[in-house]
Amino acid sequence: MKYLLEHPALVGTLLLQHLSLTFVSLGIALAIAIPLGIFATRKERAGTAILGVLGAIYTVPSLALLALLVPFLGLGYPTAVTALAAYAQMILVRNIVAGLRSVDPAQRDAARGLGMTATQTFFHVELPLALPVMLGGVRLALVSLIAIASIAAWINAGGLGTLLFAGIQQDNSEKIIAGSIAAGGLAICADVVLRAIERASRR
Amino acid sequence: MSRTSSSSNINLAETGASIQARGVHVRYEGQSRDAVAGVDLTIEGGRFVVLLGPSGCGKSTLLRTFNRLVEPQSGTISVDGVNVRDVDPVELRRSIGYVIQAVGLFPHMTIAQNIAVVPELLRWERERIAQRVDELLRLVRLDPERYRARRPRELSGGEQQRVGVARALAAHPAILLMDEPFGAVDAIVRLALQDETVAIHRALGTTIVFVTHDVDEALRVADHIVVMNEGRVVQDDTPLRMLTHPATPFVAELLDARDVVRRLGLLRVRDAMRPARADPAGPPIDANASLREALNMMLEDVDRLEVLDGGVSVGTIAFDDVRRALASAG
Repeated sequence: MKYLLEHPALVGTLLLQHLSLTFVSLGIALAIAIPLGIFATRKERAGTAILGVLGAIYTVPSLALLALLVPFLGLGYPTAVTALAAYAQMILVRNIVAGLRSVDPAQRDAARGLGMTATQTFFHVELPLALPVMLGGVRLALVSLIAIASIAAWINAGGLGTLLFAGIQQDNSEKIIAGSIAAGGLAICADVVLRAIERASRR
Repeated sequence: MSRTSSSSNINLAETGASIQARGVHVRYEGQSRDAVAGVDLTIEGGRFVVLLGPSGCGKSTLLRTFNRLVEPQSGTISVDGVNVRDVDPVELRRSIGYVIQAVGLFPHMTIAQNIAVVPELLRWERERIAQRVDELLRLVRLDPERYRARRPRELSGGEQQRVGVARALAAHPAILLMDEPFGAVDAIVRLALQDETVAIHRALGTTIVFVTHDVDEALRVADHIVVMNEGRVVQDDTPLRMLTHPATPFVAELLDARDVVRRLGLLRVRDAMRPARADPAGPPIDANASLREALNMMLEDVDRLEVLDGGVSVGTIAFDDVRRALASAG
């Protein structure tokens, strides 16, 4: 705790790097996951295949995934973001599919029968009804990414993990505790904020 | 006596459109049998027509070809003489009301927003939509002040289906399609909803096509009943003719046509009574009551009833008259 208070500038920089890692990878992950999830819902068979592949990526330990990417992408920030985005895919796509599938077919039938186009049905009916489940996926993904982003320091991508790895190397428990508290606090804050958004969407 | 006579009424807000089906075949993917196997049917504008038959007989599928939710493999559907294939399906559906058993109200919208779906799609002005929503809520006997801002989950099943009917009527459709609309509500509420639907039909003159497997429901609401079996139309007739002259043993069995009491429910006191005479008469009965009600009163040990029309005595009816009416209808 003392370390955090004594080195606000350093911790602040690392925190910003950590936030950048998580949010940039979450943004990229969402840009891929939303169309992929919608496609997986529309085409049953392709959906099963997509979820299978993503499930396989998800089972690779995060440290191993980083190590696997280094020979291709080198060390640093882009590699970490790639790994994190790949990791979040499974959580995001699965929840998008689950959310869209949870929409009562009667509501879809009613929407069509009332004369909504496919696009209108999606935006006025399917999306709002699936949103709470989708947001649940975003929350899970974000919290996971905050945790996994700590490992990114191992490939020189920065973030709060830097404190953890330095602490381990220098046998400095102050640094380890400071890094843990900062990363943990960040994850808890993200969880609380997204739960509130989720609740608001369920109204 | 036919309800279509009310289509000339001056409080008429909509006029019913006619529907013609010619040689309609529908086969669902992966099925070896046609769901609809060659249907020719004319539904006159302003009628209240019930498609009746056991589950799997093709009645719902036929209904769904009318608003192109299902496209037939062959044959044509026309609405007021226009082939529905020549109309954009989205436009077509906005002009035809549609009510389903599961109601399908959107849970994330208020009651008012649910009813306003089609007017919103048609980009009506805000003021006009708000007025129409209140008008429709009153039509289905829900107080606009109390219900407008509520969510569907706060309503009972019966209330939800009233909103479903209001939503379907929002943009003044010339046709209202109802697919087993009251199947999921309890018996007492169902009777009330049936009567209200008949009243709405009388008031608006909209053509209603109503799918059910419930014979009593069909007899209660229909001007015309279309009995279907295995994808085909077996008989298309008035309820009374169907009971008295079932076209096939299937229809007779389905309607339980020899059920005298059921038949009496369709005959009016007015048509069986004797014109006024001087004799002292018994307890009063309305001329529009059914013979079933008259018989019920007679069974309480009176020989003769006095028939009133608008409170004025117009004649009498006795047990013999009931029997005679039954015999001549048969």
